[in-house]
Amino acid sequence: MTPQMYDRLWHAFLDTLTMVGVSAIVALLAGIPLAVFLVLSAPGGLIHAPRANRVLGAVINGFRATPFIVLLVALLPFTRLVTGTTIGVWAAIVPLSISATPFFARIAEVSLREVEHGLIEAAQAIGCRRWHIIRHVLLPEALPGLIGGFTITVVSMIGASAMAGAVGAGGLGDMAIRYGYQRFDTTVMLAVIVVLIATVCIVQFIGDTAVRRLRAR
Amino acid sequence: MSAALFDAADDVTRVVGVTSRSAEESAPSSAGRPAAVAAGSIRFQKVEKTYLSSAGPVRALTDITIDVPAGSVFGIIGRSGAGKSSLLRTVNRLERPTGGQVLVDGEDISAFNEDQLVALRRRVGMIFQHFNLLSAKTVFGNVALPLVVAGVPAQEVRTRVAEVLKLVGLEGKENTYPSRLSGGQKQRVGIARALVSRPEILLCDEATSALDPETTLSILSLLKDINRRLGLTIVLITHEMSVIREICDHVLVLEAGRIAETGRVWEVFGNPRHEATRALLKPLDRGLPDDLTERLTSLWNGEPATALVEFTYTGAGGLQPDLARLLAVLGDGTRIIQSNLDRIQSHVSGRLIVASPARADLQHLIANPELAHAARIIGYDAADV
Ligand SMILES: Nc1ncnc2c1ncn2[C@@H]1O[C@H](COP(=O)(O)OP(=O)(O)O)[C@@H](O)[C@H]1O
Ligand SMILES: [Mg+2]
Repeated sequence: MTPQMYDRLWHAFLDTLTMVGVSAIVALLAGIPLAVFLVLSAPGGLIHAPRANRVLGAVINGFRATPFIVLLVALLPFTRLVTGTTIGVWAAIVPLSISATPFFARIAEVSLREVEHGLIEAAQAIGCRRWHIIRHVLLPEALPGLIGGFTITVVSMIGASAMAGAVGAGGLGDMAIRYGYQRFDTTVMLAVIVVLIATVCIVQFIGDTAVRRLRAR
Repeated sequence: MSAALFDAADDVTRVVGVTSRSAEESAPSSAGRPAAVAAGSIRFQKVEKTYLSSAGPVRALTDITIDVPAGSVFGIIGRSGAGKSSLLRTVNRLERPTGGQVLVDGEDISAFNEDQLVALRRRVGMIFQHFNLLSAKTVFGNVALPLVVAGVPAQEVRTRVAEVLKLVGLEGKENTYPSRLSGGQKQRVGIARALVSRPEILLCDEATSALDPETTLSILSLLKDINRRLGLTIVLITHEMSVIREICDHVLVLEAGRIAETGRVWEVFGNPRHEATRALLKPLDRGLPDDLTERLTSLWNGEPATALVEFTYTGAGGLQPDLARLLAVLGDGTRIIQSNLDRIQSHVSGRLIVASPARADLQHLIANPELAHAARIIGYDAADV
């Protein structure tokens, strides 16, 4: 591999990191409130909003049922509206975030729902308001599950970001396809795959370690 | 004079460790409480509760009207599903009655808005069978939470948490996570968390049911101590009759959502009137040994034989098993076969079974109100029992 290739690989890695990193933060910030709302507005929950609950659930299911590559194309007008462009890293971040948010929201919802009802009652019994219950009971008690779910989300986003090449966003996946598949340069393709595997392993390791630490107390 | 005698006897049992009940504990618990305490009374007025479940409405409580005096220890018993938890949980409105009213310190809490409800819940502590501690917070974090959410300044939170951890005997455990504590210690954290807001009422839903007998006793004596020292009203649910006997002043028996009976513990336990109460008390009653019941005949043929006589005491009127009187009536050869007597709140109740030579006038002799509240001949045995 030429030094030029190493340079390309490095840039592709940075592009992937930017796309996945920014979208992951969006998914985290948007997914958690959505999940909290889904759990609290479920029947018998602390918020009485059955209709909003159903509508939100349906919207989330709709996004999750749509393949990412379709979403990528279908969202082009919206992407242009937000970023002013339909190509490049930032153009990929919009569909990536929109696809990852419902995905993570559902996983987070499961973790939050598993928080024992007795803990919520105990919190009510000591004079906690709804916000206190979210802040002191739901989120901290579900934290290991939330981190585990976030790790899964990030890993699957790394996979999805390979398709971002369709909007010329670059990144590792795009590089693998272009050099390996279109130019039959197996060495480059293998190098890219090694970097992808290493990235996924590191993400998974960080997530697992955090979960293990939390569960150990 | 006889009361002093019994107190001395209790002291002895405490010293030899037969039972943990001290003479003090069996005295009426109003003694030694600060006189100024008035807050902490609860009144249930025609309380009804119907749950709406997918299988249709479930009626859990019907027409519950009863007073819980401030500063008392009030026990609720009843079969599983009788409505005990439903009733208890109306006091801090974890459950909202579908009819009637619950008055705490004279105020109808059903009309409370959210702010009033939060304020109420800071005056009413609650502990649970499975402790319900937050696993992500340390002991300190758990106990501090009621104060933190109430906006108490950090410095005061620290002193009050330290204070209440000392009260429950958990000094030095501040930084431990609940998963590292034993069941008894977890419940102590639960108690500390309930007490840190200085409530007037403490609700306990099967608080000792998940604990071993020894830990149960230590938690009970802690509750009793808290009741006495802080003048706190305690309402507790239990399926262990010994818990009621140990620390309650009053007891309420629920059956299928209605009041079966209620009264001072010695009254209800000494003379249970409702079938549900009798069924609940059954485990405390040892009954006659099988070898005896098999041999007894109900009729006496006039031959020399032994009669088994059962004396029942309800605790009423201070009437106690007076051995001299019993001997004077029954005469020589009288022996105690079995004693199922219990002293609750200074009242002796239960059954005493004696063997005595059979004679024709025995039935007449034992029917003497100075001997016992009730007496009957269980049967006769031709051989010697
Ligand atoms: N949330 C609920 N929804 C429907 N039915 C309930 C609910 N809680 C309790 N019940 C029913 O109400 C009755 C009384 O329950 P509970 O108060 O828990 O009894 P206990 O504490 O004496 O065992 C039971 O028949 C129970 O099935
Ligand atoms: Mg119950």
